[in-house]
Amino acid sequence: MSWEVVIGLEVHVQLNTQSKIFCSCPTRYGAEPNLHTCPVCLALPGALPVLNAAAVDKAIAFGLAVGAEINRRSIFARKNYFYPDLPKGYQISQYEIPIVGRGQLLLTLADGTEKVVGITRAHLEEDAGKSLHEAFSAETGIDLNRAGTPLLEIVSEPDMRSPSEAVAYLKKLHALVRYLDISDGNMQEGSFRCDANVSLRRAGEPFGTRAEIKNLNSFRFLEKAIEYEMERQQDILESGGKVVQETRLFDANKGETRSMRSKEEANDYRYFPDPDLLPLVIEESHIETVRASLPELPDAKKQRFMEAYGLPAYDAGVLTSSRALADYYEVVAEGLDAKLAANWLMGDLLGALNRSGAEIESCPVPAGQMRKLLQRIQDETISGKIAKEVFDVLFEQGADVDDIIERKGLRQITDPAAIARLIDEVLAKNPGQVADYRAGKDKLFGFFVGQAMKASQGKANPEQLNRILRERLDQPS
Amino acid sequence: MELHDHGLADLRRLLQKKEISAVELTTHFLQRIRSVDPQLRSFITLNGENALVQAHRADRQRADGSTQALLGLPIAHKDIFSTRGLRTTCGSRMLENYIPPFDATVVERLEQAGTVLLGKLNMDEFAMGSSNETSHYGAVRNPWDTRMVPGGSSGGSAAAVAARLVPAATGTDTGGSIRQPAAFCGITGLKPTYGRVSRYGMIAFASSLDQAGPMARSAEDCALLMDAMAGHDPRDSTSHPQAAGQFSAALDRPVRGLRIGVAEEFFADGLDPQIAEQVRAAIAQLESLGARIVPVHLPHNAVAVSAYYVLAPAEASSNLARFDGVRYGHRSQHADNLQELYQQSRFEGFGAEVRRRILIGSYVLSAGYYDAYYLKAQKVRSLIREDFRRAFAEVDLIVGPTTPTPAFALDAKTEDPVSMYLADIYTIAVNLAGIPALNLPCGFTREGLPIGMQLMGNYFADELLLAVGHAYQQATSWHLQRPDLAEVQG
Repeated sequence: MSWEVVIGLEVHVQLNTQSKIFCSCPTRYGAEPNLHTCPVCLALPGALPVLNAAAVDKAIAFGLAVGAEINRRSIFARKNYFYPDLPKGYQISQYEIPIVGRGQLLLTLADGTEKVVGITRAHLEEDAGKSLHEAFSAETGIDLNRAGTPLLEIVSEPDMRSPSEAVAYLKKLHALVRYLDISDGNMQEGSFRCDANVSLRRAGEPFGTRAEIKNLNSFRFLEKAIEYEMERQQDILESGGKVVQETRLFDANKGETRSMRSKEEANDYRYFPDPDLLPLVIEESHIETVRASLPELPDAKKQRFMEAYGLPAYDAGVLTSSRALADYYEVVAEGLDAKLAANWLMGDLLGALNRSGAEIESCPVPAGQMRKLLQRIQDETISGKIAKEVFDVLFEQGADVDDIIERKGLRQITDPAAIARLIDEVLAKNPGQVADYRAGKDKLFGFFVGQAMKASQGKANPEQLNRILRERLDQPS
Repeated sequence: MELHDHGLADLRRLLQKKEISAVELTTHFLQRIRSVDPQLRSFITLNGENALVQAHRADRQRADGSTQALLGLPIAHKDIFSTRGLRTTCGSRMLENYIPPFDATVVERLEQAGTVLLGKLNMDEFAMGSSNETSHYGAVRNPWDTRMVPGGSSGGSAAAVAARLVPAATGTDTGGSIRQPAAFCGITGLKPTYGRVSRYGMIAFASSLDQAGPMARSAEDCALLMDAMAGHDPRDSTSHPQAAGQFSAALDRPVRGLRIGVAEEFFADGLDPQIAEQVRAAIAQLESLGARIVPVHLPHNAVAVSAYYVLAPAEASSNLARFDGVRYGHRSQHADNLQELYQQSRFEGFGAEVRRRILIGSYVLSAGYYDAYYLKAQKVRSLIREDFRRAFAEVDLIVGPTTPTPAFALDAKTEDPVSMYLADIYTIAVNLAGIPALNLPCGFTREGLPIGMQLMGNYFADELLLAVGHAYQQATSWHLQRPDLAEVQG
């Protein structure tokens, strides 16, 4: 009997508020160390926290988006531990009563099947600062710019059963927080971080002992870390050993996890309600205000794309995977062949973006130009093949679609007389092949198409070319 | 009568009539501090030069027609309030060289009202103590008998006001730290309703109990300070939206017709008989002013001290975690790694009582003990609140002794923390409930030590407490008595 992996994820999402969660310092990334600090986030004696209402609204928006209960009364607690980049000696978090209760996320897996993953809870907390070891010899620098940045920690149920399901969940969550505009989702800068709880069991048996893997800041690392962990735990179990409950760190360079601390070494955080903050009470009417301001969510958008544009589920899923891509698609496809637009975006555009390492947000081709390009295919100014050439110029150099077509002389030849002239030249140059064709070698038709298209530098209208060529070849000489 | 024998309200009138200037007043008090305080040690840091700058400014502003409520009046702050540019030690070695870059809201508000800051007053380390003996800056002496303690933790404030080194001072009260030293030193001190005075910039001991308040010669003087101190502060989430009040304006409210509760629980075993006698006499005095005396019960007062010594250390253990030697405060020179940096800095920076409470607090919050201690103590806290709720359905005020004994001798209790903790047996329940309470001098022992009575009120009854205190002080002269102190060369 084979092993089944059980995976639950804890995701820390940095909320994109202007100011920190308990003071008015800016949350901007990349400033000179300790520039964005004040008595509150430096934890000077006597300084007190005041909750940022914008962070609360973003948490509510998330809760509503995953169909979760918003707790009308939640409590901030102190998680006590010493670390140099934790200025108060405790982190303000939510422990017993979080702001967001149970919810769920619907995943579409690679094989097209759907799966529901439960969300246990999501709670507000503050981020810590950073310890800097580079650029200091035998000393550690502390940068508290990040200290007090609002985080939403989203905890899933142990519902995932493969690394790819875990990745699908994380990607869906990533898309969702960006849809909601509650986080920039920047994984390199640490705005979206993931810990994975991984255990193995024989199917149908109770859960096995889990290891928690920290520091997974990319989809690929998540997949690799789970795969490594599955092998490691399988080896232990199959040699008769026991998996130890512990926290493990993923080493991206080596592609392996290693032990950080065991359960016995785990901190006793001595959680208790923070007496500096009153219970967070949210009125029902306020929840409704936030609900009214929610954007169209990915699942609803996907459904609409299928219905309004007649797209297959797969296409609709890809195009709604980010809000920016979906918005881009809607500009391009408006009044045009929706499937043509889908194919171009999913194939050419995403391919080019992928090769250049860019995101749709920084796409060098404005949606209006992409739309114009497809319009020129539909009005037969250019062929689909020529359009790819125009697209490459558009992507590399910018400029206007019509200008490129004119400048490069790419306008399609649709004059039947002109096409007939091209064909006649080709037939005249190849009397032997013409004779063979007429003797029954049908396959040579393609050869003539190729030659004629080449002679037109690819600009001949393909249908007309086919039609005239057939007429010419079929008429007896 | 010398200048320093006037209370705050008197001095205010003298300033308003321009019979004296703020500079004269400030110079006089600074001189008195220098000549009298060496035998008391009530100040940790003097603000001499700066005080004179403020006094000059006040005189200029008065000449320009300013009518700020407390313009030119000298005060001093307990060294627990952050003062921008002026060392703030909290009575600890940990903060021996700490100079805050910002002002506490209380400091800001009193400065905006026009006060002149003479200096920072001695206190038990991090406000943990009932005798002022845990201060790193030396024990304060009681002006009525320098062999005795002044009480704590606002012992410096109480001693300085009693010794006429300053007409009024700020204090903070977590379990009795304004009222108990006020009783020991024979002055008037108010612990306001929790949330009426901002905690921003006041170094936290136990956040859910800490409350700043005024300490002065009379209820009238305390009301003047409260007019400026109380008010909503958006920087303190626990500050009450309706915190502000008209304390001076409410002073003339009559005592006649008030129902005053007396709880026999406050007159049980362990109460010094001389205190019982004087407090009962004071109750009779209130009755003669027209109050009706009604018996009430506070059955859970007996367990208040136990609950307090779970909750206050729990919060303190977390509040004091920021003193880690990393960003400010004492950093040990004998540490080879991070763990040692924490251990040594905190061991060297904190005194024994502070370390004891951090240990107790960490213990009661730790896994496996949380329910038995912290959670249980919270339940007791609810019962105590309920006791007062029931009592205040029947009466307007409750009166009793502030302390079970008068001021005790230095070193008498330093080896026995529990007997020290019991010095707050009558004051702690008030903090657990969050209600206001006022200490009023109401007599002396045969040995000449002051005796205090405590008036407790319902939430937001601060104005009423001060009005009753004022009426009592109009009818009596206990608060006008002065300790006999020699001036020495500082």
